[in-house]
Amino acid sequence: MTDWFHKQRYLIDFSLAALGRRKVRNLGLLAAYSLLVFVLASVMLFTQGLRQEAKRVLAESPEVILQRLVAGRQDLIPPGYLEQIGRIRGVQKMEARLWGYYYDPVVKANYTFMVPGERQIPSGQLVVGPALARERGLVAGNLISFRSYSGRLFTFQVAEVLPQASELMSADLVLLGAEDFRAFFDFPAGHYTDITLSVANPNEVRNVAAKLAAALPDSRPILREEVQRTYASLFDWREGMVLTVLAGALLAFAILAWDKASGLSAEERREIGILKAIGWETGDVLRMKFWEGVLISLSAFLIGYLAAWVHVFHLDGALFRPVLQGWAVLYPHFRLTPQVDGLQLATLFFFTVFPYTAAVLVPIWRAAITDPDAVMRT
Amino acid sequence: MIEIADLHKAFNQGQHNEYWAIQGVSLSLARGQVTAFMGPSGSGKTTLLSLIGCLARPTSGRIRLDGEDISGLPERFLTELRRRHFGFVFQQFNLIKGLSARDNVMLPAYPLGLPHRQLTERADALLAQFRLGHRADARVEWLSGGEQQRVAIARALINDPPILVADEPTANLDTALSREFLAILGELSGAGRTVLLTSHDPLVLDSPQVERRVALRDGRVVEA
Amino acid sequence: MSLRPSTLALGGLALGLAGLLATWAEAGLQAQAPDPGTPALVRELGLTDPALFTEARYTRHLALSDRHAPFQDHPLGFDHFPSASLVAPPRHD
Repeated sequence: MTDWFHKQRYLIDFSLAALGRRKVRNLGLLAAYSLLVFVLASVMLFTQGLRQEAKRVLAESPEVILQRLVAGRQDLIPPGYLEQIGRIRGVQKMEARLWGYYYDPVVKANYTFMVPGERQIPSGQLVVGPALARERGLVAGNLISFRSYSGRLFTFQVAEVLPQASELMSADLVLLGAEDFRAFFDFPAGHYTDITLSVANPNEVRNVAAKLAAALPDSRPILREEVQRTYASLFDWREGMVLTVLAGALLAFAILAWDKASGLSAEERREIGILKAIGWETGDVLRMKFWEGVLISLSAFLIGYLAAWVHVFHLDGALFRPVLQGWAVLYPHFRLTPQVDGLQLATLFFFTVFPYTAAVLVPIWRAAITDPDAVMRT
Repeated sequence: MIEIADLHKAFNQGQHNEYWAIQGVSLSLARGQVTAFMGPSGSGKTTLLSLIGCLARPTSGRIRLDGEDISGLPERFLTELRRRHFGFVFQQFNLIKGLSARDNVMLPAYPLGLPHRQLTERADALLAQFRLGHRADARVEWLSGGEQQRVAIARALINDPPILVADEPTANLDTALSREFLAILGELSGAGRTVLLTSHDPLVLDSPQVERRVALRDGRVVEA
Repeated sequence: MSLRPSTLALGGLALGLAGLLATWAEAGLQAQAPDPGTPALVRELGLTDPALFTEARYTRHLALSDRHAPFQDHPLGFDHFPSASLVAPPRHD
């Protein structure tokens, strides 16, 4: 056992010395390789983190949201609509919501104005989301004016800024009282934006939706499971998009790695002959090359993965920000909860470490089984 | 004692360019002697040396090393045998470039898995023996021709083999360095090692260190 | 005697593997104490969408937006906002 260990260390010594002879080239390869793993792992960890976070917080969103459609477009819920629904078995709570969008020309951003269901916000006061507060430089107690769509100027006092921890969901929110909301938007009395329903038994949700659709043919029920599923596939889609873009880089690297790993120079061939002549077995040569492949690919895997971890979970995925933010002015600063998915990690490992090691080993095979007396003949 | 009986070696056997490098050599070589194989190029001396040194297997015939038949062994055993019994000094020295002199000397012992300290000490002792102690950490391509050959000899001796095989050892050396090599040869022989070498350098063949000369021509022994 | 290259390499790899295990440990520790504020806010307001795409009204609440608005000509036609190239059209069964 100790002999085995000593022997492997000698083989590692040798392959490192061999790699060290083309230091710039091999370090460059390691850097490119690590960068590739870093980007792949970053995309993987980031989408995985977003997926998990969406799953976690959207579990609390309403089971059913009912919208009303007029001529195929969403319209306001008219008075009496809530009563028309009447009693549906399994529905625990029904609530008509007031919310809408507001474009703030000062910072050229869209806000979501919303009236909270339970929290009472006194007239003339607002609770604002953290990204909005940052963009407009607001703290609790400040005054802020918005010009409404009707042209009138409304001045509010900021009562509170929502906690930064919730920024992923609340970045652009403006919470205000129902009276203020109706006055600001000239919202017709008795009308609402949509209706949320909570259903106690998850198996009942589809039945409830079917009954709603039957009772109110002009309505569209949106189910929580649909929303969750859509978000799950949305982040898959995003991951797929980025990976498709990366595929070109991946291919280029594959060609580089194949060329580097498989192009056995005459010099290397001669060296293998020397090693065999002075008493190395074919297996020793293969093991030495195996270590070369493992050292490079495993180092690249570890460097890339750890850098991606720090990037995604400690630097908040800074490099993805421009891609995600797009043209939006308000972008949430959020910190994802670290997630490790064993299967994903194994997949990444398999697709990065394994092919390179194989690419190193395959061409050496033929060189390693040449006769040792070749050295004497040249 | 190395006994060779009716040895044949063919290259590209069965093909149109079939070539018999050794055609029936029978010899008996005593231990502790310096033997030189001489003859024009193409006479089969290098092939004979690689057959004795277990670098290649004969097409037919037998080689016995201390009574043990080594001509039919599979490659694994040949490698083991080569490592234990033979040290090689090649015409081109065949050192691995980019490695230090010490690392080159240690190479043949890597597959044995000895403790690192023990192996390093042994390598340093050999380098010191050949007046290379101060060059141990230098890369081999920075060494002079004579120094390179002494590194090659040290490498051949790292596993303490009883038999040293040298192919045209003075082909790349000037007269002074060749004499130096012959002096080392004398020391090794004096220490009880068997030395087998090929040469057509009169300086080597006529030197007093060489105790036996075997002349080959066309794969046959013409004078022993 | 100077450090052998294999010592450095194996040490580096061991360090990297320790880092890998540390990420695992970090994920495990964080999973035990998730922030409760956000789910509470989501429950209170009935939120359905993260605030990742605020450039247009119809991208802000993808789950609730009028399904005709962002993809006016064809269900798979991308509109001119960058986020629309990253987001699939919402699926409605």
